[in-house]
Amino acid sequence: MSTTCTRMMVIGYGNPGRLDDGLGPAFAERVTDLRLPSVTVEADYQLTVEDAVRIADYDMVLFADASVSGEEPFFCRPVVAVKGTEFSSHHVAPEQVLHLAASLFGVTPQAWVLGIRGYEFDEFGERLSEPARQNLDQAVKFFQDAANSGWQLLADAGTGHGQAQTTTTTRMQ
Amino acid sequence: MAEKHVYIEPVTRIEGHAKVSIYLDEKNKVKQARMHVVEFRGFERFVQGRPYWEVPVLVQRLCGICPVSHHLAAAKAMDRIVGAKKLTATAEKVRRLMHYGQTFQSHAMHFFHLASPDLLFGFDADPAIRNVFGVVQKHPDLAVQAVKMRAYGQEVIKATAGKRIHGTGAIPGGVNKNLSLAERDVLLKDVEQMVAWARSALGIARDYTTAHLKELAPFGSFDSNHGGIVRKDGTLDLYDGRFRVKDAKGSMVIDQLDPMKYLDHIAEEVRSWSYMKFPFVKSLGPGKGWYRVGPLARINVCDRIDTPEAEAARVEFMKLTDGKPNNITMAYHWARMIELVHAAEKIRDLLHDSDLQGADLVVKGERQFEAVAVIEAPRGTLWHHYRVNENDQVTMANLIVSTTQNNEPMNQAVMKVVQDHISGKAEITEGMLNHVEVAIRAYDPCFSCATHALGQMPLVVELIDVHGNVIEKRGRA
Repeated sequence: MSTTCTRMMVIGYGNPGRLDDGLGPAFAERVTDLRLPSVTVEADYQLTVEDAVRIADYDMVLFADASVSGEEPFFCRPVVAVKGTEFSSHHVAPEQVLHLAASLFGVTPQAWVLGIRGYEFDEFGERLSEPARQNLDQAVKFFQDAANSGWQLLADAGTGHGQAQTTTTTRMQ
Repeated sequence: MAEKHVYIEPVTRIEGHAKVSIYLDEKNKVKQARMHVVEFRGFERFVQGRPYWEVPVLVQRLCGICPVSHHLAAAKAMDRIVGAKKLTATAEKVRRLMHYGQTFQSHAMHFFHLASPDLLFGFDADPAIRNVFGVVQKHPDLAVQAVKMRAYGQEVIKATAGKRIHGTGAIPGGVNKNLSLAERDVLLKDVEQMVAWARSALGIARDYTTAHLKELAPFGSFDSNHGGIVRKDGTLDLYDGRFRVKDAKGSMVIDQLDPMKYLDHIAEEVRSWSYMKFPFVKSLGPGKGWYRVGPLARINVCDRIDTPEAEAARVEFMKLTDGKPNNITMAYHWARMIELVHAAEKIRDLLHDSDLQGADLVVKGERQFEAVAVIEAPRGTLWHHYRVNENDQVTMANLIVSTTQNNEPMNQAVMKVVQDHISGKAEITEGMLNHVEVAIRAYDPCFSCATHALGQMPLVVELIDVHGNVIEKRGRA
């Protein structure tokens, strides 16, 4: 995969006030600090419909969220547009954002979900647990390596982690 | 014969979690209907002990749906704590721009993405198409408008608050940045389009309501008090003012309530079956003192709106009820779109105001130790009350959010719809259950915020007989 003119958007989402639910925004912050060319980073509390507008100008999108189950330290799997039926602004899945982008703007960027494993969610607090912080370090390293590989590492990401769920798919329902 | 309970869980296309229980007798006649909130309230404890200047940022963690409203309400309270009696023109206008951006995106989101599937396809339509993706398929132009309006509102917030997450724009006594000319020009480029789209959305809501008035007028409707903040002259003001309550006929119950004295006039009732409290006007008592908040209530209690298109729309709206308060639950949508136009007009006006580029950002005065602030969040009146000690630590916080004030009204709406559309029917269909949700959605509730959710609570769906035995488990989704 060539990086020439490839535009990548990273959206890290979650609530930093709910401990490890803040892994997505923390990932976004760390990726921002990498200052990678052609990579745009956004952070938000959750995915929303206007993310369909945001991703419309990009060739690739990485949705970074906290994971409540699945592999440690993280999983990375491709996602494609899927039309859903249930919807609230608390709960727009990456697949639905992609579906909106395809339906409204005719764009279908390549996309992946990066689920960083977290452990503590059920209280207020602006900190990451130590194991989650270590997982975050490895996820950031993976992303940097992926950039250095011309995104080949992302292209190689398999589909074997489909059972793992992010906070969006479990906690926000 | 066993009584039956029917649960709708989760209620869909609202923010957060809620459950509706409908208690039927052996003839499927409704005995009782309740909207439960099944999460735990605990946020106030989280801010205790934190320095007061952190609070406007901390409260945004309540939920991601209306962080700006909490950010600004807390900042307004902390203005009092630092003794800032009057903000600079730049600070107040930057905050107002942020607030109108929030209102604009929130109202557009609710109308197009949460409510419109019911209006465009019908309450009984196949749920497979009665959703936002059905709207995308059948009305792609509307769907594009909706996401672009939402995105525009978010850009207004980003330009004024600094960023969408962890916004820090409002600080005790003012703001930490003005709006640069470059930021202003980006927003100006599309503002006329936003006004036009808002006008179009208002037309859809108005035309839908008037065309279906016969069915909508009784749908989940009931007489109630209405509350919202207004200026001294009665003009609608979403950012600042004093609380007013009118009864169902339009008589004044409370007017020009100083926020600092809210506890003298407003109380909250606790009921064993819900974590969400039930606020009421003390002088009327819990039985008669509950009130609606939000767009419908605001349009009902104000005397005028200070932007021309929204004011013309308000006058037209009030004609429907001969100038008396409108008690039609489904009229919330029309009222919300009047406010959408108002927010768009306000954004346009402010973007042409050079005060936004001023450099005088913060004022301070004599330190205070207790403060109450009130603001009109998109969903209704929002109260923030804090006490701060000499070490600058918050020792007490109490928040009354919009959805909590709409708790009893939503329960009333549920009971009315259940009686009219479900009671006595041999079979209960998905369409009937959706009728209940349509009534709740009119209020645009946000339960995450209302209950200050502390983690995910286990949800149980049960049918229980008169002896307390679980005879069936059943879900809505």
